[in-house]
Amino acid sequence: MSTYPWAAGYIDDGDRPKVVTSRFHYEDSYTLERYHATGGYAGLRAVLGTTPTAVHDDVKAATVLGRGGAGFPAGTKWGLMPPGKFPRYLVVNGDESEPGTYKDRLLMERDPHQLIEGCLIAAFAAGLAQVFLYIRGEMPLAHERVATALNEAYAAGYIGRNILGTAFSVDIVLHWGAGAYVVGEETALIESLEGKRGEPRLKPPFFPAAIGLYGQPTIVNNVETLANLPWIATNGVAAYTAIGTATSPGTRMVAVSGHVQRPGVFEIINGTTTFRDLIYGDEFCQGIRDDNELKAFVPGGGSAPWFTPDQLDVPFEGRVAGAAGSMLGSGAVMVMDHTTDIPKAALTLTHFYAAESCGQCTPCREGGTWLERVLQRVVDGRGTHADLDQLLEIGQSICPGEFPHASSERLGLTATPFPYKMTTICFVGPSAYAPVHSALTLFRDEFEAKIVERKRIPVTAAH
Amino acid sequence: MSRLSEANTILAKEIIGRYPKARSATIPLLHLSQQQNGYVTHEAMSHVAELVGATGAEILGTATFYEMFKFEPVGKYLVNICVTMSCQLLGADELMHHAEARLGVKAGGTTADGMFTLEHAECQAACTEAPNMQVNYRHCHRITTAAFDQLIDDLAAGRLDGEIPPHGTLARVRQQIPAAQAAGVVSLDATAPPAWLPAPEATA
Repeated sequence: MSTYPWAAGYIDDGDRPKVVTSRFHYEDSYTLERYHATGGYAGLRAVLGTTPTAVHDDVKAATVLGRGGAGFPAGTKWGLMPPGKFPRYLVVNGDESEPGTYKDRLLMERDPHQLIEGCLIAAFAAGLAQVFLYIRGEMPLAHERVATALNEAYAAGYIGRNILGTAFSVDIVLHWGAGAYVVGEETALIESLEGKRGEPRLKPPFFPAAIGLYGQPTIVNNVETLANLPWIATNGVAAYTAIGTATSPGTRMVAVSGHVQRPGVFEIINGTTTFRDLIYGDEFCQGIRDDNELKAFVPGGGSAPWFTPDQLDVPFEGRVAGAAGSMLGSGAVMVMDHTTDIPKAALTLTHFYAAESCGQCTPCREGGTWLERVLQRVVDGRGTHADLDQLLEIGQSICPGEFPHASSERLGLTATPFPYKMTTICFVGPSAYAPVHSALTLFRDEFEAKIVERKRIPVTAAH
Repeated sequence: MSRLSEANTILAKEIIGRYPKARSATIPLLHLSQQQNGYVTHEAMSHVAELVGATGAEILGTATFYEMFKFEPVGKYLVNICVTMSCQLLGADELMHHAEARLGVKAGGTTADGMFTLEHAECQAACTEAPNMQVNYRHCHRITTAAFDQLIDDLAAGRLDGEIPPHGTLARVRQQIPAAQAAGVVSLDATAPPAWLPAPEATA
């Protein structure tokens, strides 16, 4: 069997190593009983027998890249906290809401104990006073499963005072959001956890590792990132780095949706798996629906510049994808076939980011709104050629300079590598522009086709 | 009535006690008030302000930032149809048109009997199961127009009462932290390293 009614979307065809989804095929994977029966909390017991420094060194050596979007190594992130400054906190980012992305929801619903164990390992290694597990509000099942698992883990002595009879003591507090995409940005997440509007903070000085929750050193890690830790603690760093490549070890979860034959969430081998494997591979999506042609795909969540069939052989390796003009982001691929109305697809994404702007930075608040309005006008057939230039001009006010884009053989374009410059505090503003820029750069003809030449009709007849 | 009830006030204080600063409990308490009243009332916001030691304006400022908080009554069932990319590529517009026709309200509206509020929603993290929607934030995957009609019939007839609680109730399981087991909140003034850290870190 390769699909499971209790884990809609998850597919595990093929013989790949599983780090974070190893229990998904059990219907009761979320219970403590199943977790115990499958090696659960062995990683915690192992690390409690060593020292925090040794555990931190292991996580650094394993190069566990952050799975939330930025891809920053977790071990390095922990090491950025100023030595000797306490109390320190861990905020778990379970506010998954990037368009196309879902893996954290499955990890929380299907294997909450794995996440809890990951939090405990991080808390032990980094000397944390408390863990706050921030779950997106629109995920009540994840909330219920994690709450149940936390209650079980407290009762079993894995969380709280003197964990498993050691000096290690930490509480994990379940916290829930209330619907705001921008809160997935780490400093906005902290603001929200302080009971405020989820408006991102300026970096510098507010790097969470230095000045985070309540002004204290704070680690913000993604759910999937932490879910990797129990496996590493149990199986060792060498086993982890044996999977994937030196710069992108281990596995990662990727959701592929849109116009594919078999959309799904897969745990893939990091670094080596290509987009061609994912979209066309038998183990994965098995090609485009109805044998249609692939037109374009978003490689790393709605914020990412688009790829076309020219980039199918790009592997899931951050630097390679960056050089090709986009990013891997949060592990979400959205596929468009030849029937897709490209300007309309770009509008859908731009609408999302314009609507989700927190309103703090003018280029994002105003720019995002105007990008959407002008694009809507073009999609509705009321646009002009000047509108297309206007879109790029608005984009320049959010992201000055050359914006990253993929190469195109058809258009004779060479790639502009990631990242971009930005005039906003966070990436929401640039994300509103990314789909517009990609669509206009790679498919300008489709926009032109929507523009109807109008004759100037004078109010009175010429005399 | 629309302040937190006595039982909910006790629960609210317990939740506040889990955070180093009371104001952190703002969003959980607003959810609690929405669970009690179906939406967030001004009286409830004033009560939350008292409980967390903030001003009413600060709580209003926070509450209005987040989409899930409603400030006027909504239907027993909030029907959120995802209109973001992957769902859009696979028929979200058609589903929304059908939903508007079936319920007789435009997106944003509530049916006259107070049963359903229909809304456009952003990505619901179920993109492979498009088109997707949520009823009181419970996922409904690969919704055809026929499946939509069936779902509405079932909800109206009360056949899903056990599975989908009325609007406002997010999770039916709450975290319990037994007092005897709790590590306890570390004071922000406690600048010493935790007990299990090796000594050198303390002097660094």
